[in-house]
Amino acid sequence: MNNATDTLIPAPRTRVTDLTQRSHTARRNHLIDQTFKYLGVAATFIGLIVLAYFIIDIAIDGIGRIDWDFLTSLPSRKAEKAGILPAWAGSAWILALTAIISLPLGVAAGVYFEEYAKESRMNHLLEVNIANLAGVPSIIYGILGLEVFGRLMGFGESLLAGAFTLALLILPIIIVATREAIKAVPSTLREASYGLGATKWQTIKWQVLPAASGGILTGTILSLSRAVGETAPLIVIGALAYVPFVPSGPMDQFTVLPMQIFNWTSRPQAAFLTNAAAAIIVLLLITFIMNGIAIYLRNRWQKNLK
Amino acid sequence: MEAKQILLGASLMLLAACGGQTSKNNDAALTGNVKIDGSSTVYPITEAIAEEYRVVAPNVKVTVGVSGTGGGFKKFSRGETDINDASRPIKTSEAEACRGNNIEYVSLMIAYDGLAVVVNPQNDWVDYFTVEELKKIWEPSAEGKIMKWSDIRPKWPNERINLYGPDAASGTYDYFTEAVVGESGKSRGDFTNSSDDNVLVQGIATDKYSLGFFGLAYYEENMSKLKVIGVDNGKGVVIPSFESVSNSSYTPLSRPVFIYVSKAAAQRPEVKGFVNFYIDKAGSISKDVGYVSLPAELYTKAKEEFGTFTR
Repeated sequence: MNNATDTLIPAPRTRVTDLTQRSHTARRNHLIDQTFKYLGVAATFIGLIVLAYFIIDIAIDGIGRIDWDFLTSLPSRKAEKAGILPAWAGSAWILALTAIISLPLGVAAGVYFEEYAKESRMNHLLEVNIANLAGVPSIIYGILGLEVFGRLMGFGESLLAGAFTLALLILPIIIVATREAIKAVPSTLREASYGLGATKWQTIKWQVLPAASGGILTGTILSLSRAVGETAPLIVIGALAYVPFVPSGPMDQFTVLPMQIFNWTSRPQAAFLTNAAAAIIVLLLITFIMNGIAIYLRNRWQKNLK
Repeated sequence: MEAKQILLGASLMLLAACGGQTSKNNDAALTGNVKIDGSSTVYPITEAIAEEYRVVAPNVKVTVGVSGTGGGFKKFSRGETDINDASRPIKTSEAEACRGNNIEYVSLMIAYDGLAVVVNPQNDWVDYFTVEELKKIWEPSAEGKIMKWSDIRPKWPNERINLYGPDAASGTYDYFTEAVVGESGKSRGDFTNSSDDNVLVQGIATDKYSLGFFGLAYYEENMSKLKVIGVDNGKGVVIPSFESVSNSSYTPLSRPVFIYVSKAAAQRPEVKGFVNFYIDKAGSISKDVGYVSLPAELYTKAKEEFGTFTR
């Protein structure tokens, strides 16, 4: 008996220590969990605080400067008379032309890769290079655009040369977005279409593309809102600093908002810095609106798919 | 009542137009484009002239780019632009490129630009710099050697000197190094550089032991935050100002700026009209945007030169 109890007693003891150990580890894990959670929150907030600080700072400097005259006036050497009409009109032109050029090219390439391309070394090489293109610095596109579109194709310093260059710049993003969107289309849709006797092209045109359109548009709009902030490639192409007119056609010379901002920030007079802040607010609004449209489209698209 | 005011305004404008030196009634009928590119230093003058020219010739589209003097000359020598803004005279290589493409041109001096050497307002020890001292501070061999104020003159504080200047891509840097070091584009590398002169202004304004240089206009706009230092070129200390730059006593840190006009372009009435207007207005406008006007006789000379060039 004694022996039995002797052998029995230690067992619960070890179980007890086991339990405390386990609760100790659990507490530690919980602590690590919490720490990581708060680190994550902090990381998120650092980004947001910097953005908020930037926006508030710019808003304080520039919001009072924005009025109808500012939006509808030509640039001037007198800061208080100067406006951004040619700049935002140029940005709008560039945006529209870039979208018209890049969307069909990007979507067609994306469809090819997802629907038609077979596993071959050639296609693999193409895919890798498109991924590489996304990482090329934008100024390189500018140099390429100047030679190919500006000089070789004879577009000169026109909106068209700028739009083609920016279209190249965002093409990889649109291709990737298109491929992801097509991948997300449920295979049942395709199978149903084939089952009804539709051809491949009919399936793509009537089923796959409409179902993927939300994702494609979201990607396109996000890439366009990147294009609207680009300056470096356009400077190389020959976007100008002083343009006293609104472009009336794609072959006209032009300036864009980032160019006008850049020009104003390097002026010695403080009043031009206020103008630059005001122009930055306008540019930010354009990007925010575009991102808003992208989010709206994505939400609608997700609902439709379900 | 309103009709009267309009009538009054119209007749006043008519009077003003008649009183002008240029034949403005001719300019008003002009159409076409004038393409200008080049130096960002000359840009504010050209922009202001283009703005004023719109009033006289509303149907002429004048566009101005800022590719820099060198970048602008590249386009100019290909015949892509009509006028090039230049903060230095054309280089031999650029002149050859023009000749190779049969581009004849005339160079017109339009204003002076001064470079200001500035320190922090709390700096109470520097009274002036000699050109030799500036060279001693900025030459390539000064890197690692002239690191403290006391390295320049022993009685100055034994504190680290922090240097600020425009980046190597700017014509201002080229000009300063040529005038001070003796060779364009050569200087020490350990200084805070920026293509944005406002960044330099901020840096110097907040740093007691700083020293920097940039265009006179940036000093004129920020006088309360900076202290300008006179330069002794062997003929006494001269402080940069509109007077000392325009009478050439502030040497070697003042320079003329130019426009280059292509001959083929100058045959077009809108370019000819614009350049004549430019020469007429350059004096008053350059003052307006922070530059120093040339003596009146130089503008008369430029106008004659351009007249013979287009004849």
